[in-house]
Amino acid sequence: MAKMTMVQALNLALQQEMEKDDRVIVLGEDVGVDGGVFRVTDGLIDQFGEERVLDTPLAENGIVGMAIGMAVYGLKPVCEIQFSGFSYQNFHQIENHAARLRRRSRGRYQVPMVLRTPYGGGVRALEHHSESREAYWAHTPGIKTVIPSGPRNARGLLVSAIRDPDPVIFYESKALYRAFREEVPEEEETVPIGQPRIVREGKDLTMIAYGAMMRPTLEAAASLKDKDGVEAEVIDLLTVSPLDDEIFVTSVLKTGRALIVHEAPRSFGPGAEIATRLMEKAFYYLEAPIERVTGYDIIIPLFSREKAYFPNEERILRAAMKALKN
Amino acid sequence: MPRNAIDIPEKIEYLSILNEKGELDTSLEPDIPEELLLKLHRSIILGRKFDERLLNLQRQGRIGTFAPTSGQEAAHLGAVALLRPSDWLVPAFRETAAEVWRGRSLESVIIYFNGYDEGAEIPQDLNNLPISVPVGSQIPHAVGLGWAARYRQTDDVAMTFFGDGATSEGDFHEGLNFAAVFQAPVIFVCQNNHWAISNPVAKQTRSKTLAQKALAYGMPGIQVDGNDVLAVYAAAKEAVERARAGHGPTLIECVTYRMTVHTTADDPKRYRTEEEVEQWHKRDPIVRYQKYLLDKSLLSEDKIADIESEVLEEIQAAVDGAEEKMKALGDPIDMFEHAYARMPTYLKEQKEAFAEEVAEMTEVKNSG
Repeated sequence: MAKMTMVQALNLALQQEMEKDDRVIVLGEDVGVDGGVFRVTDGLIDQFGEERVLDTPLAENGIVGMAIGMAVYGLKPVCEIQFSGFSYQNFHQIENHAARLRRRSRGRYQVPMVLRTPYGGGVRALEHHSESREAYWAHTPGIKTVIPSGPRNARGLLVSAIRDPDPVIFYESKALYRAFREEVPEEEETVPIGQPRIVREGKDLTMIAYGAMMRPTLEAAASLKDKDGVEAEVIDLLTVSPLDDEIFVTSVLKTGRALIVHEAPRSFGPGAEIATRLMEKAFYYLEAPIERVTGYDIIIPLFSREKAYFPNEERILRAAMKALKN
Repeated sequence: MPRNAIDIPEKIEYLSILNEKGELDTSLEPDIPEELLLKLHRSIILGRKFDERLLNLQRQGRIGTFAPTSGQEAAHLGAVALLRPSDWLVPAFRETAAEVWRGRSLESVIIYFNGYDEGAEIPQDLNNLPISVPVGSQIPHAVGLGWAARYRQTDDVAMTFFGDGATSEGDFHEGLNFAAVFQAPVIFVCQNNHWAISNPVAKQTRSKTLAQKALAYGMPGIQVDGNDVLAVYAAAKEAVERARAGHGPTLIECVTYRMTVHTTADDPKRYRTEEEVEQWHKRDPIVRYQKYLLDKSLLSEDKIADIESEVLEEIQAAVDGAEEKMKALGDPIDMFEHAYARMPTYLKEQKEAFAEEVAEMTEVKNSG
């Protein structure tokens, strides 16, 4: 197995799926000759040509609208929207059409497209490049919102997303693109959409996170064990929507305590839905109020102050100590 | 240093073949087989009569809000008549006769406008997209469909419809630009009916024509008399042939008029005069086309009367059929279907909870 960054792992997924299936088409701004501004699509145009790797005009809504047409025809377009901060320009095509064509045509048409886009902060980027707005997508029925947390699951999830019969919003943490490497097998590997994973087992506290927040959450879990002997169970959601609650509900039935971490703003964020599911399905097992460690309900500051915005190990530990009281 | 005019080779033509009295410009008469001429005529009559019946059903409370098409039948039928079954129709919401031409049943139109999703069902053998209510938003889909058809090495094309208001939308600009850049086989048909609800086309754009917008994207554009089915057909024929041959997209502006309301929730007296509407009644596409067919001896007054009564019978059968079918469509549990290819767990839970609740709630249960 080769050690890969998330960028390389995503590239492997695209390259192999394009090789296997000529329905897979990559399109977006600078995805061809330039290989994408983060190089996720590097080399694809050399292998598959301009016919399957389309450098499009600069129009996010046009990219997604065209992809919807391709998908209705029976192709499997994978769009890259250069930064999630620009994807609001195509929000309307996802909300009005991608999410609805299956229902609106009573199953005659489906929209098996993927919208890949880098989200989140941590790379000292320009304005409009650092926010985490997965809740927008998660609120729309008919689409799926997937957020990998490392190279290996990013590769496996992207393969699943490309093969999925429904539209998938695929959020890639730009902070994770080159943050670390993992062993990624050359042979095919998929990670199922809609199935969270337990990535660290424990009996005292359930910590739920995803995407870039997995690393500080896992660091906090390790510290809890080292310093306090607390055994935290850590769950990586991987898919924000459709949100499968079985694993985290089962975990909280065991631990009685829960803490949720996300980079997205606090109010109406995924944490609110997770906490409510726990209220509905594990209320009588809860030993303490559910804790949330999240971004604040503000526009993310420019990069000199952005670290103060993100949940980090220390904030997670403080919240964990509250959740462990009583 | 020079300051010269840039020579832009394209120009915009206006095409009219039947004048307002229905008199033919023989030098421009398109070669249309008799059978097709008569099919077009019957479809225009059907479109008009069906529209009138829908309006009547709406006023009686037997269907909900819909967007009438009266006056615009030639503009969409003349274009869609060029399509093969394997081509793609990407409609807005004022092309009902075109959808019916392509095989959509009248029953399904009634069922849809009476608020049942079943009316939107598209049979497997029809390459029609459902109507698109957000204005102009369907335009880029035609580009993707056309592009895909060419990627699959067919000579199928995509034809999309929209109104004058849609040309102000980003989707219009992006769709036409993408189609031109990728030379996608798409025919963009603008039904310029002069009014986007209350906003006249002069407040929509400062352009002299909508057709000229094509030039900025590097594609041919043509303005036609949209109430002249022969002109629409002739322009669409050129556009479809060009697209099939791999020479890219075309914008056709059909100058027409919405003879009635925007939707049944609209009152046009608030923004336009009776005189204006009256002027356009004189340019009714049906009257002109019938005169042409009478002059060619393809029709007689008796034959027209027969067609009208046949069409009315067909419509009555559709109304009866739809009302019969709708009796079986009351179950609200259907609303949970077709959300995803496989229903997620939490949605199954919601559906089960709903089923339990609805069993005890007479009001919801009988909502159909």
